[in-house]
Amino acid sequence: MNTPDPAPGTPLLQVDDLHVEFRMRGSTVGAVNGLSYRLEEGETVAILGESGSGKSVSAQAVMGILDTPPARVTKGAVRFRGTELLGLPEKRRRTYRGAKIAMIFQDALSALNPVHRVGDQIAEMLIVHRGMSRRDARKRAIELMDHVRIPSAASRAGDHPHQFSGGMRQRVMIAMALALEPDVLIADEPTTALDVTVQAQIMKLLSDLQEEMAMGLILITHDLGVVADVADRIVVMYAGRAVEEAAVKDLYARPAHPYTEGLLASVPRVDVRDRALSPIKGAPPNLAAIPSGCPFHPRCPRAREERCAGEVPALRDVTGTGHWSACHYAEEVLGG
Amino acid sequence: MWRFVLRRLLQMVPVVLGTTFLIYVLVFALPGDPIRVLGGDKPMPPSVYEALRHHYHLDEPLVVQYGRYLLGLFRGDFGETLNGQSVSSLMASSWTVTAQLALTAWIFELGMGIALGVWAGLRKGGIVDSLVLSGTTFVIAVPQFVLGYSAQLVFGLKLGLFPTVGTDDGWPYSYLLPGMILGSLSLAYIARLTRTSLVENMRADYVRTALAKGLPRRRIVVRHTLRNSLIPVVTYLGIDLGNLLAGAIIIEGIFNLPGIGQQVFLAIQVKDGPTVVGISTFLVLIYLAANLVVDIVYGALDPRIRYE
Repeated sequence: MNTPDPAPGTPLLQVDDLHVEFRMRGSTVGAVNGLSYRLEEGETVAILGESGSGKSVSAQAVMGILDTPPARVTKGAVRFRGTELLGLPEKRRRTYRGAKIAMIFQDALSALNPVHRVGDQIAEMLIVHRGMSRRDARKRAIELMDHVRIPSAASRAGDHPHQFSGGMRQRVMIAMALALEPDVLIADEPTTALDVTVQAQIMKLLSDLQEEMAMGLILITHDLGVVADVADRIVVMYAGRAVEEAAVKDLYARPAHPYTEGLLASVPRVDVRDRALSPIKGAPPNLAAIPSGCPFHPRCPRAREERCAGEVPALRDVTGTGHWSACHYAEEVLGG
Repeated sequence: MWRFVLRRLLQMVPVVLGTTFLIYVLVFALPGDPIRVLGGDKPMPPSVYEALRHHYHLDEPLVVQYGRYLLGLFRGDFGETLNGQSVSSLMASSWTVTAQLALTAWIFELGMGIALGVWAGLRKGGIVDSLVLSGTTFVIAVPQFVLGYSAQLVFGLKLGLFPTVGTDDGWPYSYLLPGMILGSLSLAYIARLTRTSLVENMRADYVRTALAKGLPRRRIVVRHTLRNSLIPVVTYLGIDLGNLLAGAIIIEGIFNLPGIGQQVFLAIQVKDGPTVVGISTFLVLIYLAANLVVDIVYGALDPRIRYE
């Protein structure tokens, strides 16, 4: 790839004003409505949101694996080390997939092909992208499986996905995603389908590997608890938009958006006893009819009629130190 | 694997016994007297009648007759027809005809069916897809004898592309037209099954993974989607081979092919019990063998199926 060296300060991955629409039977649903974030080298960014917030769709748009039709990127940019990916012809775009930006999915059982041996599925990456011989690729696949701590990798490489436990299957997915040493790994709810103890192991594995390979990691999740230990920054999504973005500590200590505040109040905490949980009122918005103004205002305890319903709040740096919020009254939220 | 085959073979024993007994009973429950049919409409002296009845063991209880028949089967003896011909040799000649016809139909439906299904599935909503969908509906809706006679008239008589009747031109030429007509219905089902299965599999999670791996579309279709899509098609093809081999009375009739179907039809008309039972038993065995092969191929295609 003859990509010119990016200028210093160019982020590893930059998503800018991304819009994704679903068109079906005449109606149009905006799944992602102007999402922007950046990922630096070696950084972990968590994208947090409820189902339907557009977090997975935006990741698929970044990978270029949206189901088109019905989904379509209508606006925005995705830049990898300064190279715009969205306009690229499929043939060139494909060379980024898996090789520069890799992705793992929630349910490894359905994400792996049931009829092929796992070793072959990993080796396929090396055969297709690197032109490796089948034999060498198989050998490398076993090394990769060993690397993600699958016991007796050499013999298990010949097994099929259904012969593995959930955690081991996700390890196979990780081994496959890391086969070409990508610069960015997108993990879409990688632990949601797993037991809690296994969840912790997989998260540990991911963060170890990330450190070792100095990759950028995008962690998509709906679970605040999963990301607290591993993420550097968190982007909170609501109705296809980022509503808050901050360093993990800042966001947990002092949320600057009522939605984040609500999320934090709705999960139990071990360190605070006897605290009543307060769920967020109402239901996530219907994406075919996103509320006017701030999309969160119908559910927001701080909403004031005119401004919140009438004016879309811009994402702005509230503290001047990289704590971004898309709330008209962010300062008030910060103050508690 | 071999334990599985052995167990399946053992499971076949009661199936063979049950089906043959059922056929046996049914054939002998048919109205009419085979000995009278044998004598034509002419009156027959009682002593001759009794002697013939005794010769064909018709004077014994049904169970004894059946037992006698089974013993013969184990020795590979399908008995003899009421004309004194051995059923085995009768089957041998008609069997070759049916086997060639079935094979022609099967190859046709397999090749064309899968090809059309894949083509339609890959270009879902396109012209080929619409043509396949409407074309297959047509084939399914029109009775086979209509297709048979029309094809015979147009391609055989008017255009002279194919022989119209008989087996004089040998395989494959004599069997092309009847084979295609015989296979057309299953071809329609296979094309639709392949299409649906392919379209469904194109949406599967593992295809999204294959995309994310940066694989070329061609490789995704050939190596990932197709193999998964063909699992139900293979099952259908296996069962259908059994169906085709069971003979096609209508098609064999239209194209005047002396196959199993015609043989059974004639035998039923003249109350020739041994022939009907013999051919039916043979067909049961073929069905069972086809099923076993399907199960084995199924396991080879889908590793989730275990032989336990």
